[in-house]
Amino acid sequence: MSPPSLVRILPELRRGRAAIVLGFVALLGAGPATTGHYPLGIGSATIVAQPRVLRWAGDPEGGAPFVEADPSHPDRVVGFDVEIAALLAGGVGRTPEFLNITFTSIDQSIARGDAEVGLSGIEDTPARRATMAVTLPYYEFREVLSVRDADAPRLLSLADLRGKTVGTLAGTIAHEILLRAEREHGLRVVSYEDDVHPYSDLVIGRVDAVLLDNVLAERRHRVMTGFTIQPQTVAIGHYVGVLGPQNGALRDSFNEVLRGAMRDGRLERILRTWSVWNDDQPKLYERLLAGVPVPAVTGFDTSGSVATVSKWEAARRYFPSLLQASMVTIVLSCLSMALAVAIGVLIATGRVYGGPIARVALTAYVELIRGTPILLQLFVLYYGLASAIRLPAFVAALLGLALNYAAYESEIYRSALEAIPTGQLEAARTLGLSERQVLTLVRAPQAFRLALAPMTNDFVALLKDSSLVSVLTVLELTKQTQIFATNLGSWVIPGTLCAGLYLAMSLPLATLARRLELRWRTIPQ
Amino acid sequence: MSGGGIVLRVDALQLQRGDRVILGGVSLEVSRGELVAIMGPSGSGKTTILRAVAGLERFQAGQIDVDGVRLAGGVDTPRPTLRELRRKVGMVFQFHCLFEHLSAIENVCLAPVHAHGVAPAAARERGLELLGAFGVDHRATALPRQLSGGEAQRVAIARALAVDPPLLLMDEPTASLDPERRAELGALLQGLQRQGRTLIVSTHDEDFAQDFATRILRLRDGLVA
Repeated sequence: MSPPSLVRILPELRRGRAAIVLGFVALLGAGPATTGHYPLGIGSATIVAQPRVLRWAGDPEGGAPFVEADPSHPDRVVGFDVEIAALLAGGVGRTPEFLNITFTSIDQSIARGDAEVGLSGIEDTPARRATMAVTLPYYEFREVLSVRDADAPRLLSLADLRGKTVGTLAGTIAHEILLRAEREHGLRVVSYEDDVHPYSDLVIGRVDAVLLDNVLAERRHRVMTGFTIQPQTVAIGHYVGVLGPQNGALRDSFNEVLRGAMRDGRLERILRTWSVWNDDQPKLYERLLAGVPVPAVTGFDTSGSVATVSKWEAARRYFPSLLQASMVTIVLSCLSMALAVAIGVLIATGRVYGGPIARVALTAYVELIRGTPILLQLFVLYYGLASAIRLPAFVAALLGLALNYAAYESEIYRSALEAIPTGQLEAARTLGLSERQVLTLVRAPQAFRLALAPMTNDFVALLKDSSLVSVLTVLELTKQTQIFATNLGSWVIPGTLCAGLYLAMSLPLATLARRLELRWRTIPQ
Repeated sequence: MSGGGIVLRVDALQLQRGDRVILGGVSLEVSRGELVAIMGPSGSGKTTILRAVAGLERFQAGQIDVDGVRLAGGVDTPRPTLRELRRKVGMVFQFHCLFEHLSAIENVCLAPVHAHGVAPAAARERGLELLGAFGVDHRATALPRQLSGGEAQRVAIARALAVDPPLLLMDEPTASLDPERRAELGALLQGLQRQGRTLIVSTHDEDFAQDFATRILRLRDGLVA
């Protein structure tokens, strides 16, 4: 099966980066709580009339059955998390108000008070328990392995995946499980930003297996063929509501509401509506109602989680992986820039010296690239073209950055070439130099010196833009930092280390460029 | 006139840009060993004649013969003809137009090495000789921006002579010189002329032309007066 087109998959992306996709900045107005349909207000004017609202955060990119824009009424959100939000709000005498937050930012958004509770298939983890107030789990899921149909008889467990590539969502329990399996079973982890592409890449052969929870796996299995969900459970986890650490009292109230809904079947009705009810849930509810503590994760030892050690110890453990990710960043940036410079020189030369057709074509290329987001270009290159040409992630990242930056570089070189006084070019011609020699011996060397400062700026920008390639599963510095922060439950130390590493890469470069500029300054003073 | 033979013959040269006629049918001849001053008010076409002779301007009608190389009006000059022309004509521009990223000696050696295949060491030796002849060899390693106007002009002349052209064109060489430097330049050009070179100098400077040129041509409204 060919991978889904970009346009088709975007609305389905779960837990994906919000930058490229639809930005529903929406507030949930009053609505019929029992149906789970809520009109999205444009502003808060209609809501201030409501005496008490409960702001809850979710990510509609996650899609059904969690939170999604209603296909028949795109101004509404629907899903079991939407209905659980209504249940909780109703239980404490409030009206739910939806706040659209990118999945990976829900914890931080809750912590800073944008909303009171986050509900979007959020996993119960030691890190969340340590840093946030989490509700009772309202759903138990199983981490399951999916493999291509042909591999189903022999790839049954993680131990069978030695030397294989396994995809998952970054910053999830499944990701932590795979990182450990990487060491223990010699497999290779590829982390994604959404839960659609791991399965499409599995089917087309970019990865050999996917580890994600059964809700996500079954949802994808309903619309995609070519892979099998293995019956063996790798680990067990739970969805919870997440609140700010200071909101313990509200959390306790929510727990009471959840217990009530477990007893009287309201929770079961909601989960049945969205076809996610199974035999695991009554057992979970029984334990919870009997007051038996439920561990965050079963089947995977989380005692080594960074959330359970001191922040400095966590930093020490993570630093080598940050350094390794920095290497990816610097290698990718250097190679991309070298390629961008080479292509940029060709484009600029073509625009200055080429015929009318070449000029129009090259100008069109430059305007197309400058006029569209780099993130879109990366998506098209990696996922959009996958049916025609299946580029490895690193190559797609390298090409994507290089082709994008080449357009900007070419403009710098073109203006630098045009800045060399005509008199010098004519003098060179009268001396008997050929046009090629005029370019290579007189014009280009001076243009290069003029272009050096803006090129350095661009290289520093590229170093930072290279973080975008994490959408193509390339694990570079920012992505590694994000995973670190998610597992740690804080951005302070990971953010500081990440900033330090970026500065360590960019400052020497800027210094070098300044020195070269001083040495090569050619403009008469 | 000293020496023999015609080095440059311009015949009914017509050049216009859009509707504006710059040269309306100029004819002139210059013999080997002459130092000709072309004079005339601004806009009379002095610089344009030199540029056309150097192969930098396309002209609509007439023809130019430089030491056996012919440029014809109304057509683009073929590349082989242009290459041949460059061996015959050197040009020194009003603003010198030295290559800003190269030192004085590198400016002088660039064309001999890359356009004429002279070995770098030999080119350098000859370049230093030329710079020495014009009294600027002590500035050989200086970049153009470090040179005074007079020094830059001498380097530019040395650069043009490094490929040993029979005809040297100079556009407004006295424009930025004080009287003392102007006299030095005049003596220098006379020295070159006495060595048998042919020079054509465009200038506004009547005294300079009177003092140093072997002949003065006057242009008015695109025609030789």
